[in-house]
Amino acid sequence: MSILMPVLVLSIMGILFGILLGVAAKVFRVEKDERIEKIAELLPGANCGGCGYAGCAGFAEAVVRGEAKPNGCPGTKDENIQKIAEIMGVTVKSGPKMVARVLCKGTCDNVSQKCTYDGISDCVASNRYGGGDKACEYSCCGLGSCVSVCRFGAIKIENGVAVIDEEKCTACGMCVKTCPRKVIIILPKDKKTYVACKSKEKGAAMKDICKAGCIGCKLCEKACEYDAISVKDNLAEIDYAKCTDCGACAEKCPKKVINY
Amino acid sequence: MSLIIELVLLSLGTILVNNFVLVQFMGICPFLGVSRKVSTAFGMSMAVTFVMTVASGVTYLLQTYVLNVFHIEYMQTVAFILVIAVLVQFVEMVLEKMMPALYNALGIYLPLITTNCAVLGVAILNITNGYDFIHSVTYGFSGGLSFTLAILLFAGVRERLETADIPEALKGFPIALITAGLIAMAFLGFQGLKF
Repeated sequence: MSILMPVLVLSIMGILFGILLGVAAKVFRVEKDERIEKIAELLPGANCGGCGYAGCAGFAEAVVRGEAKPNGCPGTKDENIQKIAEIMGVTVKSGPKMVARVLCKGTCDNVSQKCTYDGISDCVASNRYGGGDKACEYSCCGLGSCVSVCRFGAIKIENGVAVIDEEKCTACGMCVKTCPRKVIIILPKDKKTYVACKSKEKGAAMKDICKAGCIGCKLCEKACEYDAISVKDNLAEIDYAKCTDCGACAEKCPKKVINY
Repeated sequence: MSLIIELVLLSLGTILVNNFVLVQFMGICPFLGVSRKVSTAFGMSMAVTFVMTVASGVTYLLQTYVLNVFHIEYMQTVAFILVIAVLVQFVEMVLEKMMPALYNALGIYLPLITTNCAVLGVAILNITNGYDFIHSVTYGFSGGLSFTLAILLFAGVRERLETADIPEALKGFPIALITAGLIAMAFLGFQGLKF
């Protein structure tokens, strides 16, 4: 009896309070704009924060309030953006598709090692300790901080360098923010040409460090008919406003640093 | 008349001499968490005051007419926590409907009132001190006001700390904790008050 009593009393209390809260939830129900829910359904739901709002629901609310544009989410497919625009009664032109690209070819075979790194398997941590085992201080550390932040499973580490699956990448920019060496950047998806190196090391030094590093030889500059590629600080740089994606620079590159 | 004087003295005693946050050290979590801006601190303290007042009344009735009757006083803590959780949930629903601006401003801190030990503290102290219904509600209300006073004073100081030239090692929480300690010491001065 003495055990039953508290169980009974507390259960009854619990049930009563449950009913009370249930009724209150009905009485004080807040009518939310149903468009918010509809838009939220069309979003990827990864809560990556690439739009600048707190998660996908926050972005959906901002769209309904008129604060954010329907195409403000970099991860949403074109057809869904059109649907969101339809819900909001506006039209949007979809901008050029972007994609994240890794500007490094410093795989374990290409780049020389300066030490054996035994520390925490995280790029940010290794960079605070003199930067991991690769001799090139501009290289991809290959410890996968970008892999762990990617909500779309688009990045994997292959032979010591991050590789991006262009089909899955939504250009949300989380990896760009995370990469301590800024090796990943967002580039237009339709331009196949890009310089896959960030090294500002002088050519002679670079030859010793990495087999696939830009040595600033300027052969690409001479090969380009459109004046779109130039070497600054021992590193080739493409001006995408001028680049026609012809691939002439990639062909001439002695180190095959330019991807085409 | 004597009752009113007694209640006023009880309130003053709670707010100044036995301040819940600065003397009895209850409700420290929201005290540190929501004191960055005076406006949000004020909203939070209003919510706490409301919950504390209602919780005092409800828990007093619960103790007298349920727990005492069935002789299960030892279930006090569990039962009180249940009541407070329900109350907070209820306040949250009402606020979302009636005052969405305040609801958004309070955000995560409103559900956190559930675990604000000052609320449970008031409810239990009411019973330990043997207060009747009116005294309990007054104690709860003035407990809320004491929380309000403490958090508003603290938030005012913290707003100024934002722009102050503080040594690197003390920036952020360390200086906030030092400030809280200094305010608490200042409140020790009220200990000499005799009503």
